[in-house]
Amino acid sequence: MEHIVIIGNGISGVTAARHIRKNSDMKITIVSAETKYFFSRTALMYIYMGHMKFEHTQPYENWFWDKNRIELKEGYVNKIDTDKKILDFKDSSTLSYDKLIIATGSKPNKFGWPGQDLDGVMGMYHKQDLENLEKFAPNKEACKRAVIVGGGLIGIELAEMLRSRKIPVTFLVREASFWNGVLPAQESELINKHIKEHHIDLRLSTNLKEIKADENGKVKSIIIQETGEEIFCDVVGLTAGVTPNIDFIKDSGIELGRGVKVNRYLETNITDVYAIGDCAEQHEAIGQRRNIEAVWYTGRMMGETLAQTICGNKTAYKPGHWFNSAKFLDIEYQTYGWVFSERGKQENESYFQWQHPKDNKCITISFDKNTNKFLGINTFGIRMRHEIFDKWLTENKSIEFVLEYLADANFDPEFYKLHETEIVAKFNLENNTNIQIKKKSWKRIFSKS
Amino acid sequence: MKTIKQTGLIVFLLGLTIFIATIFTGSFNLKQAELDSFVSEQNYKSTIIKDELQKAIVTTESLNIFEFSSRVINAYQTSNNHYDALIAKFDAEKNWDEKGKQFQYKIFGKPHSLSFTLAKKAGKGFAADNTGLAWFLTFGLGIIGALMFIVPDVVLLGKPGIKNDGIFLSAVTNRGWIGWFTFIFLVTFYILLYFYPDLIVNWVYLVDPISKSISGNAASQWFLYGFLYCVVMTVMAVRMYIKYRHNKYQILRTTSVLFFQIVFAFLIPEILVRFEKPWYDFKNAFPLDYDFFFRWNLDELLSSGGFGLFILVWGVVLTIVVVPVMVYFFGKRWYCSWVCGCGGLAETLGDPYRQNSSKTLLSWRAERIIIHSVLIFVLVMTGFALYTFFSGADQVIGIKTQTIQDIYGFLIGSIFAGVIGTGFYPIFGNRVWCRFGCPLAAYLGFVQRFKSRFRITTNGGQCISCGNCSTYCEQGIDVRAYAQKGENIVRSSCVGCGVCSAVCPRGVLKLENGPEEGRINPTEILLGNDVDLMELVNKK
Repeated sequence: MEHIVIIGNGISGVTAARHIRKNSDMKITIVSAETKYFFSRTALMYIYMGHMKFEHTQPYENWFWDKNRIELKEGYVNKIDTDKKILDFKDSSTLSYDKLIIATGSKPNKFGWPGQDLDGVMGMYHKQDLENLEKFAPNKEACKRAVIVGGGLIGIELAEMLRSRKIPVTFLVREASFWNGVLPAQESELINKHIKEHHIDLRLSTNLKEIKADENGKVKSIIIQETGEEIFCDVVGLTAGVTPNIDFIKDSGIELGRGVKVNRYLETNITDVYAIGDCAEQHEAIGQRRNIEAVWYTGRMMGETLAQTICGNKTAYKPGHWFNSAKFLDIEYQTYGWVFSERGKQENESYFQWQHPKDNKCITISFDKNTNKFLGINTFGIRMRHEIFDKWLTENKSIEFVLEYLADANFDPEFYKLHETEIVAKFNLENNTNIQIKKKSWKRIFSKS
Repeated sequence: MKTIKQTGLIVFLLGLTIFIATIFTGSFNLKQAELDSFVSEQNYKSTIIKDELQKAIVTTESLNIFEFSSRVINAYQTSNNHYDALIAKFDAEKNWDEKGKQFQYKIFGKPHSLSFTLAKKAGKGFAADNTGLAWFLTFGLGIIGALMFIVPDVVLLGKPGIKNDGIFLSAVTNRGWIGWFTFIFLVTFYILLYFYPDLIVNWVYLVDPISKSISGNAASQWFLYGFLYCVVMTVMAVRMYIKYRHNKYQILRTTSVLFFQIVFAFLIPEILVRFEKPWYDFKNAFPLDYDFFFRWNLDELLSSGGFGLFILVWGVVLTIVVVPVMVYFFGKRWYCSWVCGCGGLAETLGDPYRQNSSKTLLSWRAERIIIHSVLIFVLVMTGFALYTFFSGADQVIGIKTQTIQDIYGFLIGSIFAGVIGTGFYPIFGNRVWCRFGCPLAAYLGFVQRFKSRFRITTNGGQCISCGNCSTYCEQGIDVRAYAQKGENIVRSSCVGCGVCSAVCPRGVLKLENGPEEGRINPTEILLGNDVDLMELVNKK
């Protein structure tokens, strides 16, 4: 019986294991140094905030693994011997495999700041980071201020976490506006404002120079690059993005770039060694996607795909239309198709934007200004139907079509106030068109493309 | 704001303390004339009960309620024992005539209910004589304190949005010591209410004026319960309005349950009584309303003229037509979390505890066995009751209908629905009764699962398996298990409270009514992956 060993028990590795089990009788072992059982990393923040307990972040009960004959090995892999097909562990145990799947995910970026390894300096990625935070920032008395470095999704989540315990937070963001490398200015500014409403000390265009220690080797303060200002704090969160967690693979002969290099079949340069999830790096980007995508659902999709290949149905990884979502404090964000920020968009891409006069709601629709083809949509404070936008993207609908049928796409809870009328009215005014909104139709919503 | 909140807590606890202390106040005794009129009203045949009661409670001593209760019960027991002894004696003498005659002298009825009736006439003191002041110091302080505690959240909770901060860090909501105290308090309350009503007679005095102004009659313990229920729901609905002020579904739903509780379950039945019609809650459908087909109820309805007949027809139509048709169009939520009184309490008083419901597969298994057993129980019992009603025979295959009814009333009606169903909120979550016990929920569940337009739609591939939905599902449904597979949630137990959708950080879940086709959509591979692969795997 073939033995499939998966290093990493995140969403990618676990999805691969589940699908391999569904389709085969192979022996499956999942190796993890972080926790024995799979948990949802995206929910770590909710444990600190008291919305959940750790057990709630585990999507499967503990008996699940035995029942599905998926073996769990706790341990840290030191070295991969791809010739003998053996893993060497830190505790000097070994494990041999027939096929190896590397799914080790990411680790927080550190850019060589002085003091970045002091006590009280942490990322927010692993379960151990959460335990660390609980140790250094249990409450606002023990942690008089926290400084967060890096304005991305994890940074704002960490800020939200700390604010839930009323800990004062200073948030250093390199960009001139929050996440404006990704978000159009309208939305980035909405979030800037929202961050400040949550009493977070947001410092835009601000970089970290160094982290200073007290006499016990614990963080005491940070120095800001631009002004030299010293901010006293008890915790520093480093959330300037993530990078593939692949240090232990060096010298194994597996080709590495920033991540583990894979082809469309998620195969590495070594036979029977595969890589999926955050740590996998495509030789060539797929569509407009990045070579490395540290996104929950891409990890899951790679797991789904690779399981097919392992079980004899060789399948290329072909993700469909881009989509994603996040929540910035109280504001939900969804995106379907490609909406690039002003910094990133191409010459032919144009925006149609609408913003609610009072509430934290806005949308940006990106379209081709030559053909009026719909390219993508960002919504803030409004939920949209994935299936509908996926279909419209596949069918290359025009922006006029999308607006006409926008009611079909709304996914807000029942009785919510809808804004299609205002949105379309604004478009009509700006473009001198006369689009009439169609009423929501179940028939259209559920018709297959 | 914080000060107001803390002061509110103190005021509330003060009100609660006085409320509890009220039980121990007052003195209870009867004057000879009062006893005489009571005994003649009751039409007792026993020749010794009057003397016994006279010895026991016609006194100048000031008895507290506990002493009073035990004396009254003792008097009834003495009387019954006397005739039991005679029965045994004539039985031994094989004097069947005399033995048969003795039974008429026995006094039936629950001892604590008999004692309640007497206590209601016998009380003096704080609650009975200074009702207005006593009401203010108990209910009044409780309401004012609770509102002072709750309303500052408008500011303290910050901007509108999901505010579940600290729920699992708090002793109130994470089965801490406060949760356990609440549990003990609620369980004790229900035990007193159902089995020792005489001991809480002082509480009943507090609501006498209100009862008189509505129905014209003095309050019973059930009126007290109904009033308290409405008060608690109203106060806790204010909390819901604040907590979910960004969510119109929650606001409307809360308003709806509150309306149906106050108007349909509380006011209309009491007003009916004022017009000498049968007490009836028009929204309480059989088999939740388990005694609807009991003989005494049918007799009462049939003897109440056209109106009684209307109730009878409505009750049958409600269960057989209205309920399933509405579930077909809207799911069982229209009843369970928009109309039902049990649901109403669960969604207001119980909301802080929703996260304590167990999500394990084991509890799902237990749930299905238990709730369907209760459904079978109630149907069998009703079969017995109808047989008895139509045939006149008081037993079927050697089992007395009355006995079955009594067992159901005790085990399910009182212990399960009340003591466990509400008392266990802080421990097992707020829908213990609705999830494990309610036979109506089981019935609606069948309709919802197999013939309904309702589902919770999962939004393609957006789920990140965080588990907020499962954690906050009061019915213990592992919502995430479906959402992370891109599968709609179609479960018989879902009461459509909408909180899974509210707490989802990624906009994945939407309660909606749509075409039946494609409602259940098992998937292996989610939307967003290779289209061919999805087709290949999902169509298998």
